[in-house]
Amino acid sequence: MFRRSVLLTLIILLVGTYESMAYAVDPSVVEAQRRRIEVVQRVASSVVAIFAGGGAGGGSGVLVTSDGFALTNFHVISSAGSFMKCGLNDGVLYDAVIVGIDPTGDVALIKLLGRDDFPHAQLGDSDEVQVGDWAYAMGNPFLLATDFQPTVTYGIVSGVHRYQYPAGTFLEYADCIQVDSSINPGNSGGPLFNDKGELVGINGRASFEKRGRVNAGAGYAISINQIGYFMDHLRSGRIVDHATLGATVTTSFDGAVVVDQILEQSEAFRRGVRGGDEVVSFAKRPIRSVNQFKNILGIYPKGWMLPFVYRRDGQKYEVVVRLQGLHRDTELMPNRRRPRAPRERPRPEKQPDDKEDRKPGRRRPMPTSAAPPAKPPSEHKHLFVKKDGYANYYYNQLEQTRVLAGIRRMGDFSKFEGPWVIVGKNQQGNQFEFTLADKGLGLVLADRAYYQPLDGSDLLDEPNGTGGLLVAMQHLKLMLKKAESVFTDLYYLGSEPLDGRGTKVDVLVSELTGVQSRWYLSRETGTFIGFDTRLEQGVDECQIRFQGFQTVQGRTFPTTLSIKRALQPWDTFNLERFEIGTPQSAASETQENE
Amino acid sequence: MNHGCKLSEVSIRATLELLILILIGTCARAAEADAQNQLGAPAKPRVSQSFRDAIQSVLPRVVKIFGAGGRRGLYAYSTGFLVSAEGHVATVWSHVLDAEEVTVVLNDGRRFRAKVLGAEPPLDLAVLKIQEDNLELAYFDINQATTATPGTRVLAFSNMFQVATGDEPVSVLHGVIAARTMLPTRRGSFDSPYDGQVYVVDAITNNPGAGGGVITTRDGRLLAMIGKELRNSKSNTWVNYAVPISELTAITSQIITGRFEPARRPADQPDNPGRYRPLDFGMIMIPDVVQRTPAYIDSVVPGTVAESAGLRPDDLVIFVNDELIQSCRALRDEFGFLESSDVLRLVIRRGNQLVTVEFVVQKKQPR
Repeated sequence: MFRRSVLLTLIILLVGTYESMAYAVDPSVVEAQRRRIEVVQRVASSVVAIFAGGGAGGGSGVLVTSDGFALTNFHVISSAGSFMKCGLNDGVLYDAVIVGIDPTGDVALIKLLGRDDFPHAQLGDSDEVQVGDWAYAMGNPFLLATDFQPTVTYGIVSGVHRYQYPAGTFLEYADCIQVDSSINPGNSGGPLFNDKGELVGINGRASFEKRGRVNAGAGYAISINQIGYFMDHLRSGRIVDHATLGATVTTSFDGAVVVDQILEQSEAFRRGVRGGDEVVSFAKRPIRSVNQFKNILGIYPKGWMLPFVYRRDGQKYEVVVRLQGLHRDTELMPNRRRPRAPRERPRPEKQPDDKEDRKPGRRRPMPTSAAPPAKPPSEHKHLFVKKDGYANYYYNQLEQTRVLAGIRRMGDFSKFEGPWVIVGKNQQGNQFEFTLADKGLGLVLADRAYYQPLDGSDLLDEPNGTGGLLVAMQHLKLMLKKAESVFTDLYYLGSEPLDGRGTKVDVLVSELTGVQSRWYLSRETGTFIGFDTRLEQGVDECQIRFQGFQTVQGRTFPTTLSIKRALQPWDTFNLERFEIGTPQSAASETQENE
Repeated sequence: MNHGCKLSEVSIRATLELLILILIGTCARAAEADAQNQLGAPAKPRVSQSFRDAIQSVLPRVVKIFGAGGRRGLYAYSTGFLVSAEGHVATVWSHVLDAEEVTVVLNDGRRFRAKVLGAEPPLDLAVLKIQEDNLELAYFDINQATTATPGTRVLAFSNMFQVATGDEPVSVLHGVIAARTMLPTRRGSFDSPYDGQVYVVDAITNNPGAGGGVITTRDGRLLAMIGKELRNSKSNTWVNYAVPISELTAITSQIITGRFEPARRPADQPDNPGRYRPLDFGMIMIPDVVQRTPAYIDSVVPGTVAESAGLRPDDLVIFVNDELIQSCRALRDEFGFLESSDVLRLVIRRGNQLVTVEFVVQKKQPR
């Protein structure tokens, strides 16, 4: 009897142990879960719930700096007006102001207000992302997060360097990341984090077709590297444009990618590219399909210079081309001020009549509602300045001031009157002498004389082949003397690598009587590095780069001017003597103290 | 102690000792597992290189197929996978293959023409052959395919939504086998020509163009072929299913080796007796004006067997009793050989669904 009960007890114990053993979890699974929890807890505070207009519509965003700059999709805030409300997972609703927008790339930069210590995401490298990597999508799908705790979905990267056609709108997703982490309406603008919790993309599109506007296994995120190229452009408060080469490409019958049509006014044409040329590589990436070409073109702002390699009759040619703008300015200006439904958002039921356009699996942007924009909060009103062509001119003014400081540091050139005289020796040792006067510009080089009158006559390419060196020197004088008051337009553009390969430079753009100049200052140090002056559109500019600086009459001026055209050297001028006129009337040289 | 029960005592004792030993052993293993959980054993690398390697080993064996389509907004692309080094491709039988030739694009962007070598609609299967010699392509050995149980973590590879073109690899999804079961097709609400064994997957694998893709284990071993989009019209729910390779191996091998023979009429009947015509069943075909007019039904005569069998205008007849029909003329030829009390089985394409219709050939009434 006793033995039987012992036996029974043992059997029960055995069964019980087996039961618990059957559900023993592999330690690596528990560890994986622990890690996911840790990553989510670490990054959730940087995820923003954006409410655009009356709280009825919106999407997601992510903070990227501690002073409050946050990224989102253009289509999330395009009907929001200049100010919006943003919730963070600390439960607080913050005011935010629009800064810059990139409608083609579907990116927008906003700034949350009220703190200088916002939690923000760490940026990753989207070029390191591979198929099969785990990816977290975080945001506010279906606007579920009434407490602003972001929804987290987890999946794998399904494809990289994907190209998504502008379908019905002009939103193009080039070089984007495809994921099977669930992305739904409301996720737009929110972050895609890699396994380490670094920001690698901004979610914004998904393939919707037969199953309605809910995730069907394919979502797409704009790569963070692309956004990085545009970041300073967005901070400039402008409506940013994407780029075109001035040429289209197509696949030839044997599968090669060739130039289809090319604009004669394009820089590519001036560098020798013609229809029929085979495209070998672009921005150092080999091109094997039209999609790849579009992928590369789609991630750079206009104005960037990129290397381009093409082949004709077995011969390879390597050139550097500056990208021109994709859209006319008027095309980019969204009707944002008026609280009505945005014009370019297609409804899923409406099918285009043209069957050719009707691609299955159209990648549509998520919807936002068209509620009236929020009224600007009075203490932040000053952070928004309206101006045509700008999302928010206030931020351009800030950047202009920041970058111009680098020029102001060279000294106050404005208090002098009279012509400038610059004398020195060129590369061959011949003497040159510039005279830059209000009535005209002159250069004597060796035994040749060049003159440009400033009485309203046409501006010429003088000396011939420089692209207008005299006019360029005139612009330099104006920039150093009184930039803000003399140019018809002066704005901060953004940043780019100098000449397509050098250091990152801030770019200021000035316009005067149709002549555009671009001014380059080192992003890191603020040093004035050089400038380009372009007499007219469709013509190669005169390019001047500075080497070394010297002090002249208490002011800093370059020692050497390296003059190029289309990046081909024209000459180098070494300055020896430099007169910037006589001090204006009463004042003596007290300007040093200013 | 009861000496009369000596034998049972011994056996009870022996059992007790055995149980104690087993129990000790079990407890020890459980304790070890527990201890590991609590200590937080060092994690394996998050995305192990072997996982990425598995994906990279599968991608070159999956191809993008482009063919007929664009009519009524039907997609013109699907997926397939290589099953021989010479370039045989297994895929789903679909409208994409209606063209004379289709284009197969490899992972590395190489484009080839391919022809349909054979098809088996009840399996929703077709095998293509790339029209190119001297190929040495990476392929799946379908005889080495493996099987899985519910709970197995899997990967799905396909060109869903035509995201990939040129030398772009197809898309990869992750999921879990939810069930292995029979596909419960039901005419009118849950139509599919295939009603055999399937895996049901918890990932959204069955999207436009995904049919013909593959399900593999996480280390890249072939499990199943992704099926087509399948919707239950009564509940408006979609099933993500894939056909285990074992269901397809025999026919695929037969098609490749040329031993595949769908039902054929005897070759010594060259003259068509013309016993039946489409109109006899109530089917009016579209005008036969070109060399190979596709066998579309133009209209259905009310009150006829075609109407009660469910045929509709714009249906495209693809198979008549397992004979592939590629033109109105071929349809007429097939009907010509019918005899009364034959079972006439038609496989027709309606939209992007395949529907099977069956009825008995009635004796023709004298006119």
